Amino acid sequence: MSALRPGQEATLRKGWWRAHKWLLLRRVSQFGILALFLLGPWAGLWIVKGNLASSLTLDVLPLTDPYVLLQSFLTGHAVAGTALAGAAIVTVFYLIVGGRVYCSWVCPVNLVTDLAAWLRRRLNIKGSARMSRQTRYWVLGLTFVLAFLTGTIAWEVVNPVSMLHRGLIFGMGFAWAIVLAVFLFDLFVLRHGWCGHVCPVGAFYSLLAMPSVVRVSAAAREKCDDCMDCFAVCPEQQVIRPALKGADQGIGPVILSPNCTNCGRCIDVCALDVFRFSTRFSNATTPHIRVAQNKEVSP
Amino acid sequence: MARTPSSKLSRRRFLVDTARTASGVLLFGLGVGLYARRSESLPATAIRPPGAGPERDFLGACIRCGLCVRDCPYDTLRLARPEEPVATGTPFFEARKIPCEMCEDIPCVKACPTGALDKDLTNIDDARMGLAVLIDQENCLNFLGLRCDVCYRVCPLIDKAITLEARHNVRSGKHAIFIPVVHSEACTGCGKCEHACVLDQAAIKVLPDKLAKGELGRHYRVGWKEKQRAGKSLVTPDVEHQYNLPEGVEYDYEGEGLKMKQHDTPFADNPLDTLNRKGGKP
Repeated sequence: MSALRPGQEATLRKGWWRAHKWLLLRRVSQFGILALFLLGPWAGLWIVKGNLASSLTLDVLPLTDPYVLLQSFLTGHAVAGTALAGAAIVTVFYLIVGGRVYCSWVCPVNLVTDLAAWLRRRLNIKGSARMSRQTRYWVLGLTFVLAFLTGTIAWEVVNPVSMLHRGLIFGMGFAWAIVLAVFLFDLFVLRHGWCGHVCPVGAFYSLLAMPSVVRVSAAAREKCDDCMDCFAVCPEQQVIRPALKGADQGIGPVILSPNCTNCGRCIDVCALDVFRFSTRFSNATTPHIRVAQNKEVSP
Repeated sequence: MARTPSSKLSRRRFLVDTARTASGVLLFGLGVGLYARRSESLPATAIRPPGAGPERDFLGACIRCGLCVRDCPYDTLRLARPEEPVATGTPFFEARKIPCEMCEDIPCVKACPTGALDKDLTNIDDARMGLAVLIDQENCLNFLGLRCDVCYRVCPLIDKAITLEARHNVRSGKHAIFIPVVHSEACTGCGKCEHACVLDQAAIKVLPDKLAKGELGRHYRVGWKEKQRAGKSLVTPDVEHQYNLPEGVEYDYEGEGLKMKQHDTPFADNPLDTLNRKGGKP
């Protein structure tokens, strides 16, 4: 551990661009997706219509949020039409790239909560309420129960995720107040509070794409010098430890937890390039590799 | 295996933590659930797009994507904002601001990805978004005896959804009043009449069916309709009534009452006929 801020050492060693590569790509993705949606209402260029609940790209490609569609199904509505195809496409996509890629690469609330987390580090705000990270699965279950009991998609009347995205595209109204509440909650009440503890949308996507292919791997974990920078920036820090420190217990280097958002920030901030993007199939435990290497090296 | 103090403690902690999370989420859910139920009460001025089912079904089917709003060529539809009294993110319009123009190809219904707007609606005349009601019969200019007629003229289903019925103007004693009458079997609830009403506050308003319409008890049967449907009277026909009147006298139902039968009258229009009658009275 050094006196440097998390990621500073990486910046010194690798240069600013390489130490912010995935962060920048992620911001490009987040703002790019928003821009695609906004081109219509702002510039009259209708490449994408709708919002994250359901959209139509170039009048051909339907994309639908499987979470909201499942809630609709639970209310007793016989879902019909292009939404089914749209949800299938989205599901397949996240099964490849990782469910919570939705959270870190698409969701607009991530911009808000990332800002809160960054401010929390910069202002050195310590202390945080205690809440289980499993809470989100309870909330997820709750949204399903509410849909079933009320016969309406009850969660959508308060969901800050859809409210912010819809607000940006169709008119904000007082949705900003709810987004501000999420921001303040993350900043002062609970570290990584919304995205890491409460949000059922992220919880749903983590379950939807449990067996997803693309994963972050601590491929060079033997190089780790315990600087803790990855833990400092990771929004779901509990996912790192097994992969990074589990070599002795025979745990592979690939982060298999469905709650890893594949944001790639750990790859950026690691000065020693311990992490890289990989697939879940390259999870051979390093001892085997080392043994094989030893055999080759030693005569 | 003996229980060690630490395992006892961790189980206790697990139970307490679980209870803590569960009760917190339950409280949260109670709030969300109650709020969601309250947002089912759509205000009377908010009208759903064509093809939307009953409010509760609609709120289960609509995923708030706004594709209907995007394909509405007249900017009639919009999505409710969180502070509005309509369920957040759902599409609606207010007739007094921008009414539905009843596009023949119904683009909003075509755009809906979930079937919340019923794809079986292919003729916009079959849409039932609400029902126009001439709600203020004291200020409606036509009721005052003037020939405003604007609601009648703008109605896309003129002479079907709104007709003008002539009545006597009792105030002046010599003029007619043309009353706009809405017919529920044709009115789509598009709201053009409400939008066009010249009063500061519209005298004719589109209301949800549940507010606009009464409903007969299910056991009610309207006699003359049943008779028409069956082609005959369904009850024993009345015996034709007979009066015991003196000979040569009949009863006039139109108001004259008792009178002599016409052919038996002793006096003809032409007095000469009487005089020339054979065997006439002296």
